[in-house]
Amino acid sequence: MLTGEMKKILEASRSIGWVMEPEAKQIFSLAGLDVPRFRWAKDKGEVTQFAEEIGYPLVAKVVSPKVIHKSDIKGVVVGIETQQELIEVYQRFSQVESFAGMLIEERVPGIEVIVGAKMDYQFGLIILLGMGGTSAEIYRDVSLRMAPLSPIDIASMVKCLKAHELLEGYRGSDAIHLGQLVKTIQVFSALVMDLKGEIESIDLNPVMCSSARCVVADARIMLRG
Amino acid sequence: MNLNRLLQPKTLAVIGVSSTNDRHPANVIFNKNHFRQKVKVFPVNGRGGNFHGETVYPRVTDIPQKVDLAVIAARAELVPEIMTDCIEAGVGGAVVVSGGFAESGQKDLQERIVSMAKKGNLPFIGPNCLGIFSPPYLDTFFLPNERMVRPEKGRVAFVSQSGGVLVDQMVKFAVEGVGLSLALSIGNKALVRELELLNHFARDAETDVIAFYIEGFEENEGRAFVQAAAECPKPVIVFKAGKTSAGSRAVSSHTASMAGDYEVFSSVLAQYGIVEAKDEFELVPFCEALSCYQRPIEGRIGIITGSGGHGAIAVDACFSHGLSVPPLSEKEQAEMRAILSERLQEIASFGNPIDLTGSAVDDDFVNATKVLSKKDDIDCVLILLLPYSPGITSDVGARLSQICLQEGKPLVAYVPHVEKFLMFVEGFQFNHVPVSHSIEEAVHMALAMKRRRPC
Repeated sequence: MLTGEMKKILEASRSIGWVMEPEAKQIFSLAGLDVPRFRWAKDKGEVTQFAEEIGYPLVAKVVSPKVIHKSDIKGVVVGIETQQELIEVYQRFSQVESFAGMLIEERVPGIEVIVGAKMDYQFGLIILLGMGGTSAEIYRDVSLRMAPLSPIDIASMVKCLKAHELLEGYRGSDAIHLGQLVKTIQVFSALVMDLKGEIESIDLNPVMCSSARCVVADARIMLRG
Repeated sequence: MNLNRLLQPKTLAVIGVSSTNDRHPANVIFNKNHFRQKVKVFPVNGRGGNFHGETVYPRVTDIPQKVDLAVIAARAELVPEIMTDCIEAGVGGAVVVSGGFAESGQKDLQERIVSMAKKGNLPFIGPNCLGIFSPPYLDTFFLPNERMVRPEKGRVAFVSQSGGVLVDQMVKFAVEGVGLSLALSIGNKALVRELELLNHFARDAETDVIAFYIEGFEENEGRAFVQAAAECPKPVIVFKAGKTSAGSRAVSSHTASMAGDYEVFSSVLAQYGIVEAKDEFELVPFCEALSCYQRPIEGRIGIITGSGGHGAIAVDACFSHGLSVPPLSEKEQAEMRAILSERLQEIASFGNPIDLTGSAVDDDFVNATKVLSKKDDIDCVLILLLPYSPGITSDVGARLSQICLQEGKPLVAYVPHVEKFLMFVEGFQFNHVPVSHSIEEAVHMALAMKRRRPC
């Protein structure tokens, strides 16, 4: 079920056509998905204050209604160690068109996975699981299923990825917490069933999967036009 | 929507029969049904008169008997009026052969006949289609009989959006000896669409396998179709054309970009165990295999061959299609060796593929097949038969088929299809074992059973 707060965010985002990262994360957090500790700093004072709260090293991302793909404009900086570094990044970000602040969040380790949803003309709501990150579209290692998903669907989505061995622990690396990944997909599938009238597509990319958690490190919701 | 009178009519009105143009589609349809099919056929034309000694009825309402099916092959603008007559006469269904509707921009005209038909409870196929091929009862294709290649009566229902693809694939069904229960060209599919036909054939006692050639679905129609197909106990095969989307729409999310129309289509079919034939080479072999074996397999293949090279090619093909070839244990190999002809015991290989060599006789094939058929970790046996091996007789196909029937384990055979070896082919085929033209195609047949398994 969509909560009042979720509906409010969706309503407020309608004019720009999509839900920006901090608000999208808020929605997924309310739905029960794991997100990194984050704060949305609107000015320089908040930047330093929130950085202390979150703790270094941290990740900074630009927030702007005009920037859908942040990496394309170098709008994501990972592994910031000092306040000076952070301020420099802030100053660069503030030059971005329609700058609306900076997202400051904890760095989360893990394998990058993408979980997504799309309204398909012929089949309705579709859920995607794939190997994520900025290179997701180069490798295109994805499983697609029609929602709502059964537990069998979710298990087979993982199994059908070419890189599933990477998730299950490959050559000495730890396996990711598959139970957490399954839970993430389940919660996501249930949430998007409730959102289906509102959305065109959703990316949770990356979801950082480790042996401990699966954390939605970035998210965007494209609203139906 | 009840399609029984439409698809299994006892009486047929052919509307548009011409007294001046012998090559008019309606004339072709009238003649071929009149001379060769069981359906009772009545010619209709507004001018009335006499056609080859038969009374031509000016209107459907004039026909003295209840009409089950009306074939409408008149100009598009006349179709609404003809439909009004059909509804008034209580006709059970129609095939609208005529073009000149949505495919040529006349959407309004098409919508008009759809709403008439819905209101009047007149299910119709088309417009812009060939309609129904269902010998020995009925054939509404406007193609002269002498030009058609007609598959035998069989257990596969084939529904195609394209008439051309349908007729062409029918040639292949005929050549492969795969019989059709009914073939249907649905053209613009304005009213009766894939879903209604799926539901009809799911209940049809003459059909075991339902195959579709589909170019695309309307909004959310794909969802309803796959959900119905998942409920259907019979194998459903879909051959989709138009796999690359025409315009590359700018997409703003990774998901939208990676979940393209075809990727979604193909994945959703697999999710529900609907068998996708990915190209025209898969379609007919899939129909053949699934009309023999309806149960899904995991895809663990046992291979019995008379030549090492054939075995190696089959293994390669299995791997490239995601099928596995589980090895036999030392113990199983020893057991297999013990039951074969003495002269094979030192020269044959028993690992999987089982290479019986060119010295094998029928009994060796039979015994090896028995052993593999009883193995739990093998769910399909491929026989690569080389009829030129001197120890093999033309009885072998029928003998091997009996094992398959007895053990219930799917068997697929490869036999070179030349006239000289047809007895080998028929030995399998007449005993309900599918036979392929090539090693690759034999592997395709096993693949069809694997795709039956939801993934």
